Amino acid sequence: MSATAQATRNEITLKGSVATVSEFFRHALSSILYQRGIYAPESFEPVKAYGLTVMAVKDVKLTAYLQAVLGQFSEWLQGGALQKVVLVVTGVASKEVLERWTFDIRTDKGVVAGSAPLPEKAEGQITQEIQAIIRQITASVTFLPLLQDKCTIDLLAYTDKENAVPLDWEESDPRYIANAADVKLRAFSTKVHNVEALVSYKADDDLL
Amino acid sequence: MDRFIPNRSASNLDVANYNVSREAKDVENLDALSPTKLEYKKQLAANLGQDDSARILAFKQKAPAPAEGFENHMAALYSANAGPRPKKAFRAVPQQPDRILDAPDLVDDYYLNLLDWSSTNAVAVALNQAVYLWNASSGDIQELLSAQGEDYITSLSWAADGKHLAVGYSSALTQIWDAERCKPVRNLGGHAARVSSLSWNNHTLSTGGRDSLILHHDVRVREHVTATLRGHEQEVCGLKWSPNGTQLASGGNDNLLMIWDAAADRATHRITAHQAAVKALAWCPFQSNLLATGGGTADRTIKFHNTHTGALLNSIDTGSQVCSLQWNRHERELLSSHGFSQNQLCLWKYPSMAKVAELTGHTSRVLHLAQSPDGTTVVSAAADETLRFWRCFGEPAGAAPKGGAKPGAAAGSLLRSVNIR
Repeated sequence: MSATAQATRNEITLKGSVATVSEFFRHALSSILYQRGIYAPESFEPVKAYGLTVMAVKDVKLTAYLQAVLGQFSEWLQGGALQKVVLVVTGVASKEVLERWTFDIRTDKGVVAGSAPLPEKAEGQITQEIQAIIRQITASVTFLPLLQDKCTIDLLAYTDKENAVPLDWEESDPRYIANAADVKLRAFSTKVHNVEALVSYKADDDLL
Repeated sequence: MDRFIPNRSASNLDVANYNVSREAKDVENLDALSPTKLEYKKQLAANLGQDDSARILAFKQKAPAPAEGFENHMAALYSANAGPRPKKAFRAVPQQPDRILDAPDLVDDYYLNLLDWSSTNAVAVALNQAVYLWNASSGDIQELLSAQGEDYITSLSWAADGKHLAVGYSSALTQIWDAERCKPVRNLGGHAARVSSLSWNNHTLSTGGRDSLILHHDVRVREHVTATLRGHEQEVCGLKWSPNGTQLASGGNDNLLMIWDAAADRATHRITAHQAAVKALAWCPFQSNLLATGGGTADRTIKFHNTHTGALLNSIDTGSQVCSLQWNRHERELLSSHGFSQNQLCLWKYPSMAKVAELTGHTSRVLHLAQSPDGTTVVSAAADETLRFWRCFGEPAGAAPKGGAKPGAAAGSLLRSVNIR
C-alpha cells in the first residue's frame, strides 16, 4: 500500500496511510450498502480485497458519488483534518434516521506535520485488521433490524474548523437517532491513522 | 419622532415587530458573557455531545436513489428465520360464496343433521324425504334414495371410506347405503324414536335418537348393537367421535354435553355448561382433547372443553344461536354458523377468538356445515333452502410457496459468492 518506492515495506508514510484509509472507506461503505440492502444487489459486483471477497459498487451513478466523496476524504486526511465519517441511513417515507455508521479517525498530528519519524507497521497486520472490520459489517445482519422501507444515504464528515468548506459540502446537524442501540465494531490502525467503527441503529420496540 | 412610511405593504410587519422587540432582550452577545458563563456553555455543549471543535459537513450532492420498486433483498434472510415477529399478513377470506345450489324442501329443524361431505368429494344432503348426492368434482347430481309415506330423513353421515352413507329416518330406522351402487346394504334398528344424529368410528356407527339413547352399532356383525348409552334426558341432537376414536361427545336438547370413552357405557363427563340445546360439536384437529361446542337460542355461546379433565377452557358469546361448528385443519381457526338475526358464518382465530371474518348471504338460519376433504371449502345448508360453498379456509400450508424465497433467489447466488471464512 506504500506509494513511495524507496520506503521499506513496513514504514508507513502519510500518503500510504491516506491511501489505505481511503481504500478501506470505499470497501466498507460499499459493503454496508450491499449488506443492508439499500441498493439492489445487481448494483454490486464481488471483488477480492483484504483476502476476502467484498462487494464493490458497480452502478455508474453510485460509483461516481462515492468517488467524489472519497476524493474529498483523501484530501482532508492528507491535511489531518478529517475526524469522523458518518454514513446516515434514512427512511424515505418516514424521514427518520434508521441507522448511523460512524468511523472515528484519530490522526497522528506529528506525522501529518512532518515532524515525527515515520512509524512502522506490517502491511499484513493492517490488512488483517481491516478484514476483521469488513467481516463484522457482513455479520451485522444478525443483529441489525431489517430496513423495510426504501432508504437513502447521507455522508457526513466531521472536520476541523480551521479549513475552508469545500464547494460540494455544506454544514449539517449530526443526524442522531432517538433511541439508539450502539454496537461498537473493531478498529484498525496504520499508526498514522486510527479508525474505529461503530454502528447505531434504531432500537425498535416492536421487534422485542 | 416617527418616520412617515408611505407604503407599508413592502415591509413584513411580523418580522419587523420581532426584530424590534428582540433587540431589547438580546443577550447573545458573547463578549458580554462572563468567563463562568462561557465555561458553562462549553461544558454543556460537551455533555450534550456537541463537539465544538469539529464542523459537521454533509455532502451536498445527494446519493442516487435505489431503483423503483426495489425490495430489500435482505428480507429473504429475515423471513427465513421466522423470528419472534408474528406473521402479520392474513389471508383474504372471500366474502362471497363460490357457488350456490338450490336445496328445496330442506327441513327447517334445528335438531337434525342433514348435510355431510364425503372423503370422495361428494356432498350428501337430505331434502325432506329424499337424499341427493352432489359430486363436487364433476357437478353431477344424483338422487340416492327416497323415503316412503310420512317418513323423512333425519340424519346423514358418510363413512370414512366415502362409499357408504348412513341414513337416519324419522321412523327410528337407520340404513347403510352403498353410494356407488345406490343400494341399501343394511338396516339397523334399535331406536324408539327418530334418529337425529350419527357418527362413524371405523366400523362402529353411533346413533343418537329422540328417545335420548345413544347406540353403538358394529356394522360388520349380525347382532349389531354393541352398546347402549343412557345419560341424556331428551333428544340427542349432536354426536361426534373424536378424530383418534377414543372419545365420543354427545349433546342433547336437555342442555347436557356428555363425553363417553370408547369402551365404557357410563359417561366420563357430564357437562352442564350450556343453557340451551347443544347441537354444534367439533373436535379440534390439532389438539387431541379439545372440543368446541355451541349452544342454541337461549345460550348463544361457543365453549371449549378439555375432554380428559372435563374442564371448561373458554366461553365466548356470539350473540346468535350456534347451529354448527367446523375447525380449520390448516390454520388455527374455527367456523361457526348462526341463526337469527344475521344468519351468518363467523370465522374465529383460535385461541384468541378474534373474529377473522363474517360471511353473510343466507336469509335464514344456517343449520348445517360440512367441510371438503381437502379442507379448503365449507358448504352451508340453511333454512332458506340454499347450499352455499365458501372457500374460507385457505390453502394447506405445504401448497403455498414461501413468500421470502422469490426475492431472495437473486441475492442468494451473490451471497454465496461472498465467502465468509
